[in-house]
Formats: sequence, structure tokens, C-alpha cells
Amino acid sequence: MMLVPCPWCGPRNATEFRYGGAAGARPDLVSATPQQWREYLYTQRNPLGWSREGWYHRAGCRRHITIERHTGTNEVRLAEDG
Amino acid sequence: MSLTTPNPTSTRVRPGRLAPQPGEVIDRRRPVTFTWNGSTHRGFQGDTIASALAASGVRVFSRSYKYHRPRGLLTADFLDPGCSVQVGDEPNVRGGHRLVENGMVVSSQNTWPSLRFDVKAVNGLAGRFLAPGFYYKTFIKPQLLWPLYEKVLRRFVHAGEVPEAGTGGVSGETFDKRYAHPDVVVAGGGPAGMAAAAAAARTGSRVMLVEEEHELGGHLRWGDADDLATLRDLRAQVAAEPGIEVLTNAVVSGRFDDNWLSIVERGLPQVFERLVKARAKTLIVAPGLIERPYVFEGNDLPGVMLSTAVRRLVNLYAVRPGSRAVVLTANPEGDAAVEDLRRAGVEVAAVVDARAGDTVVRATGRSGVSQVELSTGARIACDLLVTAVGWTAPTSLLNMSGDRPVYRPSAARFLPDPQRMPDDVLATGGIVGDGTVTELVAHATAIAGAAARRAAARARAIGEAVPTRGDDAPALPDPDPTPVDVPVLAPADHPELFRSSTHGFVDFCEDVSSKDLVIAIKEGYDSIELVKRYTTVTMGPAQGKLETVNTVAIVAEATGRTMAETGTTTWRPMYAPVTLGALAGRIHEPVRYSPMQRWHEQHGATPLVAGQWIRPEHYGDPAAEVRAVRTGVGIIDVTPIGKLDLRGPDVAELLNLLYVNKWSKLGVGKVRYGVMCAEDGVVMDDGVTGRLGEDRYLMSTTSSGAATVWEWVEDWLQTSHPDWRVHVTPVTTAYASINVAGPRSRELMARLVSGVDLAPDAFGYMQVRTGSVAGVDDCVLWRIGFTGELSYEVHVPASYGLQVWEALMAAGEDLGVVPFGVEAQRILRLEKGHFIVGQDTDGLTKAYSSAVDWAIKLDKDDFAGKPELVWQREQGPTTQLVALQPVDRATVPEEAAQILGEDGRIAGRITSSRMSPTLGRAICLGQLEPSLATPGTLVTVRLVDGRDIRAEVIEGLAHVDPEGTRQRV
Ligand SMILES: [Zn+2]
Repeated sequence: MMLVPCPWCGPRNATEFRYGGAAGARPDLVSATPQQWREYLYTQRNPLGWSREGWYHRAGCRRHITIERHTGTNEVRLAEDG
Repeated sequence: MSLTTPNPTSTRVRPGRLAPQPGEVIDRRRPVTFTWNGSTHRGFQGDTIASALAASGVRVFSRSYKYHRPRGLLTADFLDPGCSVQVGDEPNVRGGHRLVENGMVVSSQNTWPSLRFDVKAVNGLAGRFLAPGFYYKTFIKPQLLWPLYEKVLRRFVHAGEVPEAGTGGVSGETFDKRYAHPDVVVAGGGPAGMAAAAAAARTGSRVMLVEEEHELGGHLRWGDADDLATLRDLRAQVAAEPGIEVLTNAVVSGRFDDNWLSIVERGLPQVFERLVKARAKTLIVAPGLIERPYVFEGNDLPGVMLSTAVRRLVNLYAVRPGSRAVVLTANPEGDAAVEDLRRAGVEVAAVVDARAGDTVVRATGRSGVSQVELSTGARIACDLLVTAVGWTAPTSLLNMSGDRPVYRPSAARFLPDPQRMPDDVLATGGIVGDGTVTELVAHATAIAGAAARRAAARARAIGEAVPTRGDDAPALPDPDPTPVDVPVLAPADHPELFRSSTHGFVDFCEDVSSKDLVIAIKEGYDSIELVKRYTTVTMGPAQGKLETVNTVAIVAEATGRTMAETGTTTWRPMYAPVTLGALAGRIHEPVRYSPMQRWHEQHGATPLVAGQWIRPEHYGDPAAEVRAVRTGVGIIDVTPIGKLDLRGPDVAELLNLLYVNKWSKLGVGKVRYGVMCAEDGVVMDDGVTGRLGEDRYLMSTTSSGAATVWEWVEDWLQTSHPDWRVHVTPVTTAYASINVAGPRSRELMARLVSGVDLAPDAFGYMQVRTGSVAGVDDCVLWRIGFTGELSYEVHVPASYGLQVWEALMAAGEDLGVVPFGVEAQRILRLEKGHFIVGQDTDGLTKAYSSAVDWAIKLDKDDFAGKPELVWQREQGPTTQLVALQPVDRATVPEEAAQILGEDGRIAGRITSSRMSPTLGRAICLGQLEPSLATPGTLVTVRLVDGRDIRAEVIEGLAHVDPEGTRQRV
């Protein structure tokens, strides 16, 4: 089980967190087409390499954090603005 | 012991117990009696089941999986595929590993009617029906016969009898879990592992040393006098270090991200198995080597053994494994086995030296080997054939760490690729290379030094990454950054010996022969992964440890590729078998009770499990409880209702975003019902939120949605609107919640409430007040309710919950107040037509299918799920929530019963149904196609028993009081 680097609590077991999926901007409500909205809801890019993700420390500080994770190795680092 | 003395009249010694051996692990002062297939046998404490039986001359231990061939000992350790046995109520016990105990009842598995005469051995003759892929080929068609096939196949499966459910685990013992945070975990307690553990501990590391056998020592244990002296010395070094925790009869079964290790400990006092979850800073992999079987005709006959099996039997258990032996040897271990056999009085009829190019072609015999044919053409009578043809490196933990071991032909085995080893995993011992014990110890000591330094660096990095680390916390380690000089441990040259000129078994567990592999390749399954899945090779209980390299070699030979090109199948966790009990651990199911739980129990409540909560389902007669609420007054414990205290100037903004309806104009003292949707427009939760003060709100959620909604709120606040000034506090269990419902509820409340004017025009429907109830201050009172009656929901500071509950019961005695449970509430709300999220809606039900169109305000700029609801309204909902009444008043269709359209297709379903005590008829809610949802429409409902009934769609959702006058009085 990977350790997630929480900036508030330090490295903690991933099971303390809820994975929030790849971080992506919510489309504009007025101009979004159903296609765009559903891509936002359901389609994950799932790249092989570094991916920006939201994690929620539900069994800890209850803060949302943004980390970068290498999907090939599970190496993680806190995003610059995480 | 009669067996220790050879029979003087016999010309040959018999298999049996030897005179005491210098390294033996049996305690001859402690005899043990046990039964094997009903007959009594004796052994000594320290014997395994297999060694005790071998000492009393047992040769056949089981029947094989597919062909029911007789099988004996092959490895005489945990991996031995031939001696899985049943012990009491415990199946699949590894007989080569489990120690005998007094009174143990041991039996062979997978044999009918008996081990000696197995009728299913006829499969050996009918083998063509069990060719590779036989599951796929033979039993495909006709599909109608599958139930029969399953019955037939089940008889052939080699598995024991599983204990009865609910007996509390095997032999009444428990399973357990433990968490550990060692600096260094050493997997393997042979010479390298012991030396590594001792060296790491000397630097101050906390070490966990894990050994699969019952004691430390590895191959030193069956070695010569020098080996035994080294063994004593290394054991003393380990014992001298208090920083080492030794786990024997335990195995590191998996390595996961960031050195999260699963370690299975077996046979602890009162604990059958314990799963240790260890977060190790570094892991040293030191499992040694596994001896590899040789593939030739007859290689599975009882009496064909590996050299390590013979050395174990002779030296650890003082067992003479046969009378007349042929030994095929390609290495010093095989040569040493020859010496052991001679010392044990076994006649060594021939030593076949594979290094000189000689080999064994076939072994023959009926229930065991009786003759061996050599490549020279010689045929030799014997009852024991020993092979020593090479080693398999058990690289599982390295593969799980991301390493890809590389095949080295000159050493005839796979070796770790140092380039791909992660920083926190190191390897030492036989898995790395060969050498004298001194060389192994030197390598292990250096590796341990490196492991300890990296562990210290890791501890420092973790410590520095904790921002809340106090000034008084213990100092972080100061790791020595200089790299450790690790001596070279080179693998010794070894001839490549996998298969003779004949075909034999590759996988003894799954009964897969080299011929089966060749056939599979000819049929086109020419990659190692396909061969594995098609033939099931490496998929049995040994999980590839004995058979993977031979499989690779045979696939390579048959395809004309090299071993390296062929590659191996993937090593996945678990490395060793783990019981489901160990994975489950102790039963630690936390439950939640309201402060009134003891009262409910004392008053005959039937408990209902509702998520984590235990709630009263009813107090004997839910229909009577319903009637009491409709005619008088009742109280219900609704503590599990989710409650969030929201404070700050931007709460209304937040509510506008979370709910589909509008919140900007909610006045102080007012309450509003709201529906929450997820971003896909699906109804996620509902509840009421009240404004208690200028900047203070109390949100209620469904009981099951309390945790989800809290996270949902935090989600929006933290990621989308960090600028909003809102503070969220979950107060679900800070309050005990009681709903007081019924036409006489105001009368009851008036006797206990102070500080709140209960007059209808002062405290009207959908309003909220704070005041005191039964002398308890800071209570929140809402005029809302799920029942459709005049009702008050009271949130009481939790520690006073029971007091207020009892006060209500006492004060309402003359009013006939009754407690009512969840079942009565469900009936009451169904009569009133209130839907339940997750019951009358599901994971696809959007808001316009939930009869809340009136609440959805699409003119708001933004709210969660808005775009989907815009499109749902444009297209029209696919289903609608409706109320239905069966024409036959007495028939209650089951929840989830299908509603059929005119043409017989499924047009909807019943989502809630009950007999209404108020109306004396069956009532329902359902999801229905819009074309059938017009009031007055008659639809067909198919019951579970297949009968069809008719039901009428009614106007609105309420079966009782559709105008809503009762709740507004
Ligand atoms: Zn945290």
C-alpha cells in the first residue's frame, strides 16, 4: 500500500484517503455540451506516467490535497500547488 | 524403538528411524501418538506429519489431482505437493511442514474408497480424456449438462473437508491481525538471513526476522559438523540482539508499494494464523534456494525424492528414506546426500554424475519406484531415486518489488537484476549467488549495513515530512551517507538440467506433464502465459516454486527459443498460502447505538441493523404503532439522522450550490426541504435544513448519507470555493434525536417544553426553534416529520437523550404515548408518499424521476448536477416515481417486483410496498415508464411466484392525507 504525502499529517497509508480521481477543471455550465460534461464525469485519461490527482484525507486532517503520481511506479510527490 | 535396530534376519535395512543424529530436531524423550487413516502411529515431538509417517514406513501419502496416481514425498518440506493432508477439521494441511501432536487425527485427501485402492486411478488409463485444456474441450457442450459435469469434476478435486460454518474457525482457534513498523525486515532465516538480522540490529535498527520453518538455520541445519557449529554461533548472535524479533513458522507473503509487507504467522498459541501488516523501511530478501525436480518418465513415483528431502529426513528427523538408492547428482548437495545415505545404512546402488553427462531416463514401479533406467542403458533395482539437478531462486518478493530477474545459463537459474532493484529492497544469500558459509555471512553483513543506513535515511525523511512533529519528539536518526562496500557473491557454475530424454511430470500439484506442455504449444499456445492458463501448469498449491523453471525450459525447448526469450510467468502475491480467516482477522465490526439503546432493549425492541447503526425495528406490533401515531402520539428514536452544523456568512451560497432548490430567502427560524444531486444529476441525498440564526444553519441528511454528505460539502468548499466563509461541524452524534408524532404531539410537547411558544401561529409547520425540553437546554425543535402527522423533531444534547426520552414517555402516559420503530415509520411515510433515497431511487435515478420537479430551480446559475437536469428535462425522464394501489386490496407485491407493459416488456418496478393499517389495503411506490404513469392507469405487476396482479396508478404520491392538512394543524 502506497504512502500518500499529506502536507498536514506527513506520509500516511493510502487507505486513510479517498481517491478523488485525476484533477480536472469543471466545464463551464452554460457552454458545456453533454459530450464535454460526460467526458468530465466519466472519462479518465489514465496516462502512463505522471498524473495529477486529488486525494481527500478522510481518516486524517480531512483536507483535500493534490499530488502527482507516476502511474507506472506509484511514485508520489506533492504538487507544487497541492 | 524396534525400528532403530535393523532386523538381523533381513538382508537389507528397512526404511525407518535411525540412531540419534547430531542435528536432529526430534525430542526422543517425548513420543507422540497420532492416527493416519484410522491406524495408530508414533512419532516424536519435533517430527512433521510426513517425517513421522516416513519413519514408520509409510510411502504413499496421497493420490494426484487428475490421474489419481500414488504420490509420496518429494521435497519433505512445506512445498511438498504429495502430502497435503486433512488434520481433524482442517483441510489441505502441509504434511511436510506441520508438526505432529498427540492425538492428531490425520487422513489422506482425495482418495476414494482408500489410499491403497483408488478407483479414480482409472484416469491414468483414460488419460486422453484429461489432455491439456480438458476443462475447455471436453465439457463445453452441451451446456445443459454443465451441472452434471460440475458434479463429476468436483469428485476429482483434491481438497479436504472444510469445517462447518459458524464453528469459530479451525479447531475453535481464532485469527488475528497485527501492525508493525520495523526498520528492517529480513525474509528468510538461513545463514545469510541470520547474519543480516544480527548485523542490522547491531547498528541499532529494529529488525523483524521471518523464517518459514519452525526454527532458524536454513540449510545449515542438515549440514555437517562445521555447519552445525556455525548454526549455533549465528543463533547465539541473533539471540543476543534484543532489537531482533524472530518470527518462525511465518512467511513474508507479499511486498506492496512503499515496503508494505504482509507476513503470515502460523500456529501461535490460540491463534491459528495471524496476518502482520508491516511497513518496513527496508526489506532484505534472503529466502535461499529451492531445489528443482527433474522431468523424466516416472518422476512422480513414490520413492523419487530431491536430495534436500533426503538430507532433511536423515539429518533432521533421523529417518532412513529407503533401502537401496540411485542418486543423480549435479552438485555438492547431491554428493552430500550420497554421504548421508551411506551413513544412514542405505545401500547406494549407483551414483549417476550429471556433470559427466550421465542421467536417468526413466523410473518404473507400481506403487513406488522399483527400477531405474540410466542413459547408459543400465537398469538398476532400487526403492529410492534421489535427484540433485539444480536450484530455483524464489524471486517472488523481488518481482513484487519491480525487479525482473534474469536467466543466467552458466548457473542454470534466474538471478536478480541489481539495476532494477528499488532502493528499499536488498537481497542476499543463495538468491544472489553461491559461496562458503563465511562468504554468505560476509555478503549478508554488508547488505545489512546498507539496509540499516537506508532505513535510517528513510526514517529521517518520514520524520522531517511530518509538519506537526513536536520539539520534544525523539531525535531523528543521522544516517551515515557513505556507501557500503558489498563483496561479490558470484553464482557457481551448474549444468542446465531440466528434462531427460523422456517425458514426465512438470507440475505435480496439477498433474501436468512435459508432454502436455508440448501438446499445448503445438496447438498454438506458444507463450508462457498462454501455456500456463491452458494447461494450469504452476497454478496449483506449489504456485510455481517447484515447476516454473522447468516449464520455461520445456516451452523454450519446444519453441526453439532461449530461456531468456521465453521468460517466466508473473509472480504475484501471495507467495505462500493464506487462509481467508487470516485476511479477515478478528471480527471487528464497529456498531453505533443511540443513547436510548438500553431503554429500547429493556422494552422489547427488535434490533435492526441499519448501516453501522443498531436501531429498534419495532416493539412487537408495528401496525399498532402506526395506528397510535395516526390517532394519538408516538415517539421514535431518529438519532442516526445526519446533522451538520454550518456557520458563516456564505452558508446560503453553499446550500444553493448543494441543493437543487433555492436557499437565499430562507428566514431565521424557517426550515426547508432540499434534494441533493451528484454531478450526474442522480439524487444523492435529501433532508431538511433550518436557519437557527443569522449565520447559523443546521442541515439534516439521511442516516446512511451522513458521512458522504459531509465529505461532499468539504469537497465543494475546499476545491471549488475556498474563498467562501463557511465552517462545517458534523454533529450527528452530538445530539440524540427524537421525533414526537401524532395529533396529540403538541399536547405532549407542551408539558415539557419551555422557552418556545408552541401555538400553531407562533411555531408553524416547517419552522425551527431552540429551547429546553424536560429541563434540558440547547435543544433544537423542528416542526417537520416523515409521518404526515403533526410532529416535532427534537435534537437533544446526546448525554441527555435518555432523560428526555423517558420524560416524554412518562409525561405522555395518560395520552397513550407509544414508542414506534423504523418499520412503523416506513409504513407511515409510505402512506404519506415520501420517497426514500436509495429505496425508491437507485444509482441511475435523476431528480426529474423522483417527483421533486417542484423543487428543481434551473434558473439558478449553478448547482451540483444542473447540466444533467437541464438535459433530463429537455428529453423527459425515462421513469417516474408514482404511487400505486393493487386492485386486490389484500395482495402486497414484493419490493422489486416487475411492472409489465401491455406487450409484456418490463416497464417499471415496485420500489416500496406495505399493507397500510390506516387504509386496510396494500399500498406501493414504484418507478414507471411515463407512458403508464398517468393517474388511473391500470398496470400489471408480476409477483415473485409468477402470478400477475393489477394495480392502479393514483394521483400524487400520498395514499393518506394528500392535501397535507394533518401535518399543518
Ligand atoms: Zn492529512
